[in-house]
Amino acid sequence: MKNKYSIFSLARNAVTYHENWREAWRSPEPRKGYDVIVIGGGGHGLATAYYLASEHGIRNVAVLEKNWIGGGNTGRNTTIVRSNYLWDESAHLYEKSLRLWEGLSQKLNYNVMFSQRGVMNLGHTLQDMRDIERRSNANYLNGIDSEVLRPEQIRQIVPIMNTSPHARYPVLGASFQRRGGVARHDAVAWGFARAADREGVDILQNCEVTGILRHNGAVTGVETNRGRIQAKKVGVVVAGHSSVIASMAGLRLPIESHPLQALVSEPLKPILHTVVMSNAVHGYISQSDKGELVIGAGVDSYTGYGQRGSFSVVEGNIGAIVELFPVFSRVRMLRQWGGIVDVCPDACPIIGKTPIRGLYFNCGWGTGGFKATPGSGWVFAHTIARGEPHSLNAAFTLERFSTGALIDEHGAAGVAH
Amino acid sequence: MLEINCPWCGPRDQIEFSCGGEAHIVRPLEPENLSDDDWADYLFYRKNPEGRHHEQWCHTAGCRKWFNAIRNTVTYQFETVYRIGEDLPEKTSR
Ligand SMILES: Cc1cc2nc3c(=O)[nH]c(=O)nc-3n(C[C@H](O)[C@H](O)[C@H](O)COP(=O)(O)OP(=O)(O)OC[C@H]3O[C@@H](n4cnc5c(N)ncnc54)[C@H](O)[C@@H]3O)c2cc1C
Ligand SMILES: [Zn+2]
Repeated sequence: MKNKYSIFSLARNAVTYHENWREAWRSPEPRKGYDVIVIGGGGHGLATAYYLASEHGIRNVAVLEKNWIGGGNTGRNTTIVRSNYLWDESAHLYEKSLRLWEGLSQKLNYNVMFSQRGVMNLGHTLQDMRDIERRSNANYLNGIDSEVLRPEQIRQIVPIMNTSPHARYPVLGASFQRRGGVARHDAVAWGFARAADREGVDILQNCEVTGILRHNGAVTGVETNRGRIQAKKVGVVVAGHSSVIASMAGLRLPIESHPLQALVSEPLKPILHTVVMSNAVHGYISQSDKGELVIGAGVDSYTGYGQRGSFSVVEGNIGAIVELFPVFSRVRMLRQWGGIVDVCPDACPIIGKTPIRGLYFNCGWGTGGFKATPGSGWVFAHTIARGEPHSLNAAFTLERFSTGALIDEHGAAGVAH
Repeated sequence: MLEINCPWCGPRDQIEFSCGGEAHIVRPLEPENLSDDDWADYLFYRKNPEGRHHEQWCHTAGCRKWFNAIRNTVTYQFETVYRIGEDLPEKTSR
């Protein structure tokens, strides 16, 4: 592999004061046409292009991104990765993704800083604990690691948590997936982009799709601000803007776009070694390798495309975090932002064909699709290459909203992440 | 925080309100004649415009009455509010 990142390339570039690093991916002009166009240069779109090339040998591919790659939800999320979902369909899909995460840095020759520091989901009520037991048992049956912790065990892992029985919403227990964790979001986008580029994929930034070209019920290309580009197949992975692209093709989706927020604190010495999430009081928190506390809130109940949310959501979120971690009450917050998430009625994605031949959609990941980035790209590439879904995403069709075969993951995905 | 104009109580803070999603969805009059696709449409498919949107809101922590609103989903600005049952108002704010 030319230009491989290694200890030797690091040493070689150190000698020249790191002034001669090559660009990680090219910035080519759009070709007249491609075999496959992927709309959306988030993690999912870039992973799709990478797997199209590396797994299916389809290299005449372009990723079209209206801004810069990774500037959407991929670069705005709280990076929690886990696979402890309740239902078989979603458990298998997220577990496939987790297995891909486990070898991803080597495979991409790019450090995505995937850190399996564990993910803890707290229970605060008897019903929470019953749901946690049920979900953990379902996870065992699917070969996914999961433990149910009692408050004493939680205290050992996270001593700074307020587990007092006198708390407003006392912590009664938790599920704990040790293989879960976090990854570095930008690196995921950049790593997939660089690896896809080396396979021959064109990454076209500042290229906004404004129309979907069709002829006789089949897709023929796209209209963009950089001109018309032909394509035999088009895969759409634009998260919060899925409905907008769908309407360009005369389609409708059962999706609503909501603002979802996150915030980070000033950097602190290492204090929180795992990821802690709570559905009941609605907050989730981890500490980044830079030392910042990364805190996620819930969605705004209204729909929105403004990439910002309400202060009242932040206030409720911080209230929950401070109740759980009184020690953080005087930590200062540095930045706060929002992304636009594509929420599906059953909190599960739609990955598959559309009534238009050659046009595929991958959307509806809502508040929890970062963890799915490699798996989503892997199954979507298969779906586009073969024209048929892989068995892992066969259940995630658009038709399920008519047949009634929903995959209700509100229990596992109810909290945003 | 947004200031929302309840058509009964006047301007109040956003935290007093809850959003009930798309407005003017009519419950099917002959449910027994509906196809599966029609049901899907009624139950799950919502308009999700980038821009002007008709919504229903409830003044939950106030008069507890529902009302309709036209709101821009990019700027989040309310264009107008109107009472349930009232005709769509002209493009004026009240
Ligand atoms: C605050 C927040 C916290 C989150 N926390 C977590 C978490 O902890 N764990 C987790 O698993 N998930 C989390 N998520 C969800 C996760 O971020 C998303 O599900 C996932 O990143 C979606 O990836 P994507 O590549 O599909 O979307 P994006 O990264 O949003 O990529 C879509 C791209 O499409 C581009 N695009 C849109 N329209 C056009 C057009 N017309 N032409 C060209 N390009 C276009 C956009 O510019 C964008 O770059 C969170 C989301 C948010 C907002
Ligand atoms: Zn009122």
